[in-house]
Amino acid sequence: MDRIPILKMGEFLLVTIQVDMHDRLALALQDDLTDRISRTGSRAVLIDISSLEIVDSFIGRMLSNIASMARVLDAETVVVGMRPAVAITLVELGLSLPGVRTALDVEKGMAQLRHALHGSTGAGAGGDADAGPAG
Amino acid sequence: MPAQRDETLPIRSESDVVVVRQVARAWCADAGFSLVEQTKMVTAASELARNVLVHGGGGSVRLEAMTNGARRGLRMEFVDQGPGIPDPQQALRDGYTTGSGLGLGLGGAKRLVNEFAIESAPGSGTKVVIIRWK
Repeated sequence: MDRIPILKMGEFLLVTIQVDMHDRLALALQDDLTDRISRTGSRAVLIDISSLEIVDSFIGRMLSNIASMARVLDAETVVVGMRPAVAITLVELGLSLPGVRTALDVEKGMAQLRHALHGSTGAGAGGDADAGPAG
Repeated sequence: MPAQRDETLPIRSESDVVVVRQVARAWCADAGFSLVEQTKMVTAASELARNVLVHGGGGSVRLEAMTNGARRGLRMEFVDQGPGIPDPQQALRDGYTTGSGLGLGLGGAKRLVNEFAIESAPGSGTKVVIIRWK
């Protein structure tokens, strides 16, 4: 089965959705992303949807779910590049993606995430090597 | 309103839903729809095709080019032989859901098109017709 690639770049995880996703592919992305967040300790996720020609209720829900799950795992998510026609349709459909941070493009999205990370309490953890009181 | 052309597609898998979106997009472009009009119609088609698959156990969609005077449009008829909906009017309300969804499928699709009709009864499947005019 196809997967949507997740790239790690520094403290960010980057996802560019470039195909018309069927539902299982969207669900797989949700699982893969949460898995990568917890394995890498990444605190920021950027999802580029500029190639998506539509966002229906299923994909909208997936984006909301990813943002919620990431938040629970101490990571911020920003969705970037939504086409204007998609935004108009989404709102008319009844979805406003509550809780999902958005930005117009990748650059602005990155800036938002940096601000969210470094404007918040800590300046980011150094290493994460200690895995509890083993031995 | 003479029908000029039509095409019928099966909806039996998630990949078929993707094909319905792509074919609907091509028909919308043919009808001269603007980008926003195309996006609304394709999004409505995606919601309804998913309903056919998930709630109706599969079925089909028929696309038909419409003309009304100088106006052009696209009609899509989604049919399944699933369990049907006891109260279609209630199912149109936002938040109505039988399970995993947000309950925006039917009501949301209705808001994205110009004409919407639903026929359903328990045991006799569901038929949803949408039309969007240029």
